[in-house]
Amino acid sequence: MSKWRNSFVFAFGLAVALLLGWVVFPRVLYSQKHQPLDFLHKTHAEKSGVADCAECHTIREDGTFAGLPAVEKCAGCHSERVGESKAEAILVDSYIKPGHDTPWLAYARQPANVWFSHAIHVKRANLSCTECHSTYGESDRVRVYEVNRISGYSRDIWGHSMSRLRRAPHEGMKMSDCEECHKQRNVEVGCLGCHQ
Amino acid sequence: MSARYGMVIDVDRCTGCGACMMACAAENNVPALPQATARTGLTPLLVRKVSNGNNGETRREAFIPIMCMHCEHDTPCVKVCPQQAVEVDEATGIVMQMAQRCLGCRYCMTACPYHARYFNWWDPAWPPGMEKSLNPGVAVRMRGVVEKCNLCHARLHSAKEKAAVAGKREIDPADYVPACVEACSTNAIHFGDLGDANDPVSKEAHSPQAFRLLARLGTEPKLYYKSNEAWVRALAEPNSPQASEVQRG
Repeated sequence: MSKWRNSFVFAFGLAVALLLGWVVFPRVLYSQKHQPLDFLHKTHAEKSGVADCAECHTIREDGTFAGLPAVEKCAGCHSERVGESKAEAILVDSYIKPGHDTPWLAYARQPANVWFSHAIHVKRANLSCTECHSTYGESDRVRVYEVNRISGYSRDIWGHSMSRLRRAPHEGMKMSDCEECHKQRNVEVGCLGCHQ
Repeated sequence: MSARYGMVIDVDRCTGCGACMMACAAENNVPALPQATARTGLTPLLVRKVSNGNNGETRREAFIPIMCMHCEHDTPCVKVCPQQAVEVDEATGIVMQMAQRCLGCRYCMTACPYHARYFNWWDPAWPPGMEKSLNPGVAVRMRGVVEKCNLCHARLHSAKEKAAVAGKREIDPADYVPACVEACSTNAIHFGDLGDANDPVSKEAHSPQAFRLLARLGTEPKLYYKSNEAWVRALAEPNSPQASEVQRG
C-alpha cells in the first residue's frame, strides 16, 4: 500500500514541477508591454505603396542601420491626421506635432554585447528581411511586446516556444540560432566577429 | 580578409602626454573609477615612465605606452583561460578578450608577461550625464571580469560595415585606425598590417631600431617599439639594470 502511495506522491510532485516549469514560469518570466500606438505594416504596404522595408528601415551609407524610423519620416505623410483611427490621433497629436520620437518597443533588439550588422547580412550576404523577421512586415496587427523580467531582453530573442522544439528558422534570435545559420552557410567569425 | 594587425611605437617621439590613454578610455567605455589605485584601476593602455637610472646631466627619461601586445605564438592568456574567453583571431591576429565569457579568475592577468590585463573591481560608473556619451559600439564590462585592449574592435566592425555597403570584401585601411593611434599628437604610434610586406609599419618593424618587450619569451608580440637610444632598447631585456628603474608613469 505504502509503495503505491509513494509512487503517487512522486507522480504528483513531478506533475506540479512540470506545470510550474513549463506553464507558470514562462508566464511569470515575461512582462507585457504595449506599443505606443497600433502601427499596421499591412496598411502601409497596401494603401500607401511602401513596398520595400528599406524605405523606412534604412541602411545608411556608412553601413549603420537606422532601425526604427524617426518621427520625421512619419511626418512626411502624417503631418495632419490622415484617418479617423485612434492610432492616427495618438501619432499626430502626441508625437508628430510636438516633434517627439515615437517610443517604439523593438522586438528584435539584441543585448548590448552583440554586434549585428544589417549591412553585412543584407548587402553582402543578400539575406532577405523575412529570414530573421518572418512576415511581420505584412502583419495587420501589433503584437504585444514581451520583456524578460530578469534579463530585460525581448521575448523574440528566445522565441515564443519555450521548448524551442520544431521552431521555424525565424523563431528565436539566440546566439545558437546565429551559429546554426552561420554553420549552414559556412561563415566563420571569431567571438568578436559578433560581440562587442 | 586576412591580416596581422600590429603597431610600431616610436618611443623617441612619445612625450608622455597621455592623450592615447584618454582616447582609449573614451573609445572603449572605460569608467573613470576615482576610488581606484594604480593597482586596481583600468588602464588598457598605460604610458609608463622609464629612465636610464642616472642622475644629473646624464639622466635620460622616456615614455613607453604599454598595452596588450597581441602575442602570436603560445599566447599566454589564451593558454591559461579556463573559459575560452580569449582567442587569437585567425583573420586579424587580434587577441580577443570576451569579457562576457570571463569568470574573473584572473589567471590571464598572472600569465600576461606585460601586465596588460585589468580586472573590473567595481561596477562601471560614470559621472551623471556622461553615460549618454558612451560609445554604442562597445559593451560596458561588468564588475568581476577582466578586460584589455581589443585593438579598438568597434572600429573594425564599422569599417567592415562600410565595406559591405560599398560592395567590397576588404576593408579600407583608412577606416580602421585605433583610437590611440588617431589621438597621438606626435604621431608616435603607427598601426598597420604586419603580414603585408609592403605596409610601412611592417617595414618599420624590421628596422634595426625596432625591438619588442620580452621578445626572448617567444610569444611573438605584434607590438613593436622603436628607439635610436641604446638604453631604451636595452629595456626590452628584463635583466638589464635599467629595467629595475622602470616606474609607473
